[in-house]
Amino acid sequence: MKKIQILGTGCAKCQKLTENTVTAANELGVPYELEKVTDIQQIMAFRVMMTPALVVNGVVKVAGKVPSPQEIKPLLG
Amino acid sequence: MNPSIKPACCGTASLGEQDCSSANVVSKPTLTRYILLGIAGLAVWWMVYRSLAPFAAWFTYSLLTLPRGTHLGSAMEFFVFESPKVLMLLTLVVFGVGIVRSFFTPERTRRILSGKRESVGNVLAALLGIVTPFCSCSAVPLFIGFVTAGVPLGVTFSFLVSAPMVNEVALVLLFGLFGWKVAGLYLGTGLLIAMVSGWAIGRLHMEKHVEDWVFQTHTGNGVKEEPLDWPTRIRFGVEAVKDIVGRVWLYVLLGIGIGAGIHDYVPENFMASIMGKSAWWSVPLAVIIGVPMYSNAAGIIPVVQALLGKGAALGTVLAFMMSVIALSLPEAVILRKVLKLPLIFTFFGVVAAGILIVGFLFNWIL
Repeated sequence: MKKIQILGTGCAKCQKLTENTVTAANELGVPYELEKVTDIQQIMAFRVMMTPALVVNGVVKVAGKVPSPQEIKPLLG
Repeated sequence: MNPSIKPACCGTASLGEQDCSSANVVSKPTLTRYILLGIAGLAVWWMVYRSLAPFAAWFTYSLLTLPRGTHLGSAMEFFVFESPKVLMLLTLVVFGVGIVRSFFTPERTRRILSGKRESVGNVLAALLGIVTPFCSCSAVPLFIGFVTAGVPLGVTFSFLVSAPMVNEVALVLLFGLFGWKVAGLYLGTGLLIAMVSGWAIGRLHMEKHVEDWVFQTHTGNGVKEEPLDWPTRIRFGVEAVKDIVGRVWLYVLLGIGIGAGIHDYVPENFMASIMGKSAWWSVPLAVIIGVPMYSNAAGIIPVVQALLGKGAALGTVLAFMMSVIALSLPEAVILRKVLKLPLIFTFFGVVAAGILIVGFLFNWIL
């Protein structure tokens, strides 16, 4: 079970990152649990300076950009 | 305005891991190839750029056989010439800025700024605001990241003012449509406002008006930075062009279209009575209307084009444009999470005052 977290205060790019991540995870067929972290204090706890960010099992994989589903796949593996 | 335009949000390029690793093995001959390709590309760009004017004339008068000297003819020629010209300039500049930005991640900018003395810091922060990728939705994490890393409050504000206000898209459009003087004035005064207002906020010692939890936050590099190579940087540039030009081209065409439309049809001094030089109160009014509004730089240019073309004074229009793109109500709401109200009011007040002075200055000088 992968724990996937999307950090972002709700801007358009955050939605896009969530969509792309869900697409990637579904195509890979990995079981996952998705959480949207929107509280700024919690976001800062991950030590990122740009949103949106993608966190997999507690590790920040991407910050400040929206990769395509294809580019997200290896990050989930 | 265009509330539907999404903010220039959160970086542009997205790169996969495989691309990075395969790009790392690029050797010297490849770099030479890139340089040669770059020079060849620039040469082609320049030749096309130079032939736009004759093309527009040929297209309008020979192909469409519009009679010379008519409103319709000159409006068509204006549109056919200006549209590709501005889009070509935009592509070149956005590509260049995209590559420059690959050298300045927020983490790196923070390292440069932390521990700098205030005056030097304000100048540096304003300049770095141009080249560091920034979006309004990242303003809060960036603010916390800077302040907790020991960047002085005033220096952080210089960055926060300069990053949205001095915008490469606006710069290109102003250059393309109004010439290098207006573009230069915009760049220079934008930087100056960022430096001075940040410095002023620093002098006011308002640290106690930052929410307490901010200083207890531990920040650091959550993401490890990988060294980039040239092919990757070039891909950053290409991605930036796709992202930014892809998003703003419609507004650019709209702006030029408005310009062409009112070129001859609307009386020349239509706006002069309410926004002309003689109406001194038009500058504060422009700022008061502009501050709560939000639009990105590309969305506001059509409006600027329309106002300036019809006799509005440059200082008034510049003040309006700056207050729309630099300050907005949504931004105040976002910043409320980290700043207490007195500091938000001070921030908006100081920047608005700066813009006001610039507006008056231009109306007075020009």
